[in-house]
Amino acid sequence: MSMLALVLLLVVGGIAAAVSERLNDNLPRIVSLGILLAALLLALSWLGADPGAAGVSNSEGPWWLYLKLPWIERFGISLELGLDGLSLVLVLLTLLLGIVAVVSSWTEIDFRPGLFQANLLWTLAGVCGVFLALDLFLFFVFWEVMLVPMYLLIAIWGHEKRGYAAMKFFLFTQFSSLLMLLAIVVLAWNAAVLTGSPTFSYRELLEVPLGPTMAWLTMLGFFAAFAVKLPAFPFHTWLPDAHTQAPTAGSVLLAGILLKTGAYGLLRFCLPLFPQTSAEFAPIAMTLGLLGVFYGAVLAFAQRDVKRLVAYSSVSHMGFVLLGLYAWNTLAVQGAILQMVAHGVSTAALFMLAGALQQRLHTRDMERMGGLWQQAPRMGACALIFALASLGLPGRQLYRRIPDTGGPVRRASAIRRRRGPRPGDRGGVLALAGAAHVSGRARTLPYHGRLRHA
Amino acid sequence: MHLTQRQDSGMTALWLIPALPLFSALVLVAGGGAMPRRLAALFGAGSVGLSALLVVLVARTFLAEGQVLQQTLWTWLQVGDFSADIAFYVDGLTLVMMAVITGVGFLIHLYSVEFMWEDASFCRYFAYMNFFVAAMLLLVMADNLLLLYLGWEGVGACSYLLIGFWYRDPDNGRAARKAFIVTRIGDAAMLLGLFLLFTELGTLEIQPLMALANSEWRTGDTVAVLATALLLGGALGKSAQLPLHTWLPDAMAGPTPVSALIHAATMVTAGVYLIARTHDLFLLAPQTLQAVAWLGLATLLLAAFTALVQRDIKRILAYSTISQIGYMFLALGAGAFASGIFHLMTHAFFKALLFLGAGAVIHCLHHEHDIFRMGGLRRRLPVAFVSFLIGAAALAALPLTSGFYSKDAILLTAWTVPQIGPWLWAGGLLGAGLTALYSFRLVFVVFFGETVTEPDRRPGWYMSGPLLVLCVLSVLGGWFALPLADVMPDRGHELAPHWVEYAGIAVPLLGVGLAYLMFLGGQLSPGRLAASTAGRLWAAFWQNGAGFDALYDTLWVRPFRQLAHWWRNEPIDHAVNALVRLSRWSHGVLTALQNGELRWYATTMAFGLLLLLAVILRNTP
Amino acid sequence: MDGLLVPLEHVLVLAASLFSVGLMGLMLRRNLIFMLMSLEVMLNAAALAFVAAGARWAEADGQIIFLLILTIAAAEVAVGLGLVLQIQRRFRTLDMDRADRLRG
Repeated sequence: MSMLALVLLLVVGGIAAAVSERLNDNLPRIVSLGILLAALLLALSWLGADPGAAGVSNSEGPWWLYLKLPWIERFGISLELGLDGLSLVLVLLTLLLGIVAVVSSWTEIDFRPGLFQANLLWTLAGVCGVFLALDLFLFFVFWEVMLVPMYLLIAIWGHEKRGYAAMKFFLFTQFSSLLMLLAIVVLAWNAAVLTGSPTFSYRELLEVPLGPTMAWLTMLGFFAAFAVKLPAFPFHTWLPDAHTQAPTAGSVLLAGILLKTGAYGLLRFCLPLFPQTSAEFAPIAMTLGLLGVFYGAVLAFAQRDVKRLVAYSSVSHMGFVLLGLYAWNTLAVQGAILQMVAHGVSTAALFMLAGALQQRLHTRDMERMGGLWQQAPRMGACALIFALASLGLPGRQLYRRIPDTGGPVRRASAIRRRRGPRPGDRGGVLALAGAAHVSGRARTLPYHGRLRHA
Repeated sequence: MHLTQRQDSGMTALWLIPALPLFSALVLVAGGGAMPRRLAALFGAGSVGLSALLVVLVARTFLAEGQVLQQTLWTWLQVGDFSADIAFYVDGLTLVMMAVITGVGFLIHLYSVEFMWEDASFCRYFAYMNFFVAAMLLLVMADNLLLLYLGWEGVGACSYLLIGFWYRDPDNGRAARKAFIVTRIGDAAMLLGLFLLFTELGTLEIQPLMALANSEWRTGDTVAVLATALLLGGALGKSAQLPLHTWLPDAMAGPTPVSALIHAATMVTAGVYLIARTHDLFLLAPQTLQAVAWLGLATLLLAAFTALVQRDIKRILAYSTISQIGYMFLALGAGAFASGIFHLMTHAFFKALLFLGAGAVIHCLHHEHDIFRMGGLRRRLPVAFVSFLIGAAALAALPLTSGFYSKDAILLTAWTVPQIGPWLWAGGLLGAGLTALYSFRLVFVVFFGETVTEPDRRPGWYMSGPLLVLCVLSVLGGWFALPLADVMPDRGHELAPHWVEYAGIAVPLLGVGLAYLMFLGGQLSPGRLAASTAGRLWAAFWQNGAGFDALYDTLWVRPFRQLAHWWRNEPIDHAVNALVRLSRWSHGVLTALQNGELRWYATTMAFGLLLLLAVILRNTP
Repeated sequence: MDGLLVPLEHVLVLAASLFSVGLMGLMLRRNLIFMLMSLEVMLNAAALAFVAAGARWAEADGQIIFLLILTIAAAEVAVGLGLVLQIQRRFRTLDMDRADRLRG
């Protein structure tokens, strides 16, 4: 029940923030911060949950929390939510970055702050729903819920080319998610044909067999949606525009969380639902990941715009995630999850710094910056730390064990025997040198050198 | 599987050794600019000093009990069947490295207190330096390769930060980036090597890994050669050996004590340490080991030639460092692991001495770097002169200095390598002659002759003290007996005939004599040599470091920039935008039909109806 | 040959010719008044065909439809002339090529 409460809290909080705007301009920010803190506390309380207490488990192990309420019974649709280690980590990351986003927009957003905070909270509600939903229809609903407010965030509060960027983001995501909807309906229909009653439940669909051709097509439908969100190599072009044009809080959310929903979808749905097909598809996906790593790195190197640079480095990093997910052994998948979390934190921080630079200098063009360390040594130090983190110096891996990121990982590794050395890994790591180049450039240009911009 | 039972033995305070500088660095970062300089200096130098004291205590325990010291702090990561601990492993090799890092490191920190006193970013300097010491200690004390890699990247990052320390000059930033990227290329290779080792042998703990490799692989296995070649890639990058050596001369953009600590005494020797630490693997891959020897030889000759024609005092020392590390690689490749580490230690002493001496000269001469604008400093800066003289003597391997013992051991061992031995020896000997020539060229030009620039101050005690201590170490360092026998083998050099030994003594002396004739006595004029066309070309060739920078620029940097330039506007996005253009175009076509003219509508309607009628009539039988 | 004095074909050819004349007028004239007149001609051509066909098969349907067409034509003229007045007032012309507000 508390999972539903979390999502509802965010939705209702959004309404409250929007309404409170009438009283006072500062109130919505406070409301939204309070709501997020409450949500974070709620999510933290799940840390102590006893795995298996929910009493529902399938081949992947127990769900920590589980909830199923009837919704549209005629089509086998229900309000089915579940929490395991993976969801928990991502929900915590979401709420944490949500707080960061609220704080970072505190002084930046003057126009309709209430509406802004409301959209922020609704996006977060959608994201949390995505991380918790176990019913594919519900999942799709949340998937759309997170899209629309994000569109508004970019389209209303963005920078100079916001309309174009927002529309591009919307079209890419919407088109691919319609493909996913089609795939979801096909899955439910297939279940109806085989078992007599349609179902959208992830847990039940895992058991329903699927013909090879149909599996391929539906798998591609899912993959399209997740690959656009991730973003994987040829579908990434919305990302630099959206990230660059979004307000700082929007960039933080986009980079920190929305991209993770793509990876989460792959891990939670695409791989377990279509194990055989995904295994056949893995070489293609890994190639895409690898191309993304290199392509993103080269393009990041070529940029003059700070935010665009960080955006392309995101493309590069998420290429690693794709590579890790489809390499498909425990180590690689854990690495991918870790990379997701680390990328969420470090990239969000870099976007905040870029936003701070823009707010102070009114430009994002690095050629016009320089010598900022003299005036802003603390900001420089922060930029340094996060640039190094984003660069993949091993320091950031100093984490105590992530709460068992469990389920899908074990399942995935059980499906496929451990492979030998993975060719993808090797090429991928070579790209690290490229990534190093990127961040090096990012850092030195604005902060080193003579003071160019007063 | 475990070679030794994993239990904490002996000193349980091992963790304090890297933790102290780390703690101090954090304090300095937190304190920021608000900290008074005296306090910052106390933290910065004091923490390293305390670490050095602890190392002495550890060394006493170790030498008394002769037992490897281990300590496991906690499990770092645990995924499936892979796990890595934060754990330390201290044997003779580690101890030598720790002693060098903390000992020489402490002296350099002390020296820095005076050298950097007037710098605005005093605190930041010591924070970076302490971070570096902590990371370097982590590197040498790590008990698994992943932790070693953590330290490895940590020192790389600190090196980047310290090269670009004076950030207001964009050139320094550029040098820092170059150093970082070039070493990073090597690091990527090393990381691949680690992956390969893990997938093949299933562990990254160093001691079990060595044991497993010895039992699983046969000598000369392809896997062994591949794995060692990848590790070698990392070592080449970090230690500035061919073909990844180009970053080190530019790295001299950093403050001089940084060059002494990072780019002479410790970090650049990490590659040597890595190979020595994994020598079991390298012994299983004789091909790689031979490559190590040849690369070392090529590097030492190339760098020595380059050092001969440079004008910048720090660049000369940088090339000399590259050259001396070439000797260490030669030693490793020849199987003289212990001699290589021995040279590492003596080199740390005398090269730190030379750099600090050079720092004193630069400090007192308004940051002058050009040796031909110095001169006659013998009487004006006696401490710097003495330290330079002793350092140069040790560098040139004149008898009775520390450098003599280590270099002699390397050359003699090189001779005994089957088949290629004499070649390695001859090359090394030529290098030794060149070393003597360029090091005494430096001494004669800077400290003798006419005074060109007048020093405006003299080094104080914080600078002189460390110099004197290092002088003593540079002379006596050759008599230390290193506890390396249990760690790794050393090919004996008793087989070498006596004349080989005599040649090793004579050639450096010859080099010094030649330097005297050319730069002090005036009997041979280098100016006349350089005036001829051949001489000019020769000098120009070496002045630019044999053209490696230009080569890499055309081969890699410029194509990459060009590629980035072409791609700047996203070719993929053009494909997406083509879709947009298609729909725009069809929109245009369709609006052309809607021209708003009533008659046009009527006409098209009529013809449409006609068409429909025709179709219907055709289809009705 | 009951009720029809001329052969049906002749009447139909006449109706078709009238229709074509009306259509040509609609397509070629630019003045709205003439276009309306052409429309009337076309309507009458259709009406003629109905009447002739009704006579040919001795059915009342033809004449009923003719009456319907008459009323439609009357209504159409009433509405059409009203529109003509409006257009004249708004565009100050009856040239339909210059009144192209419908362009997409």
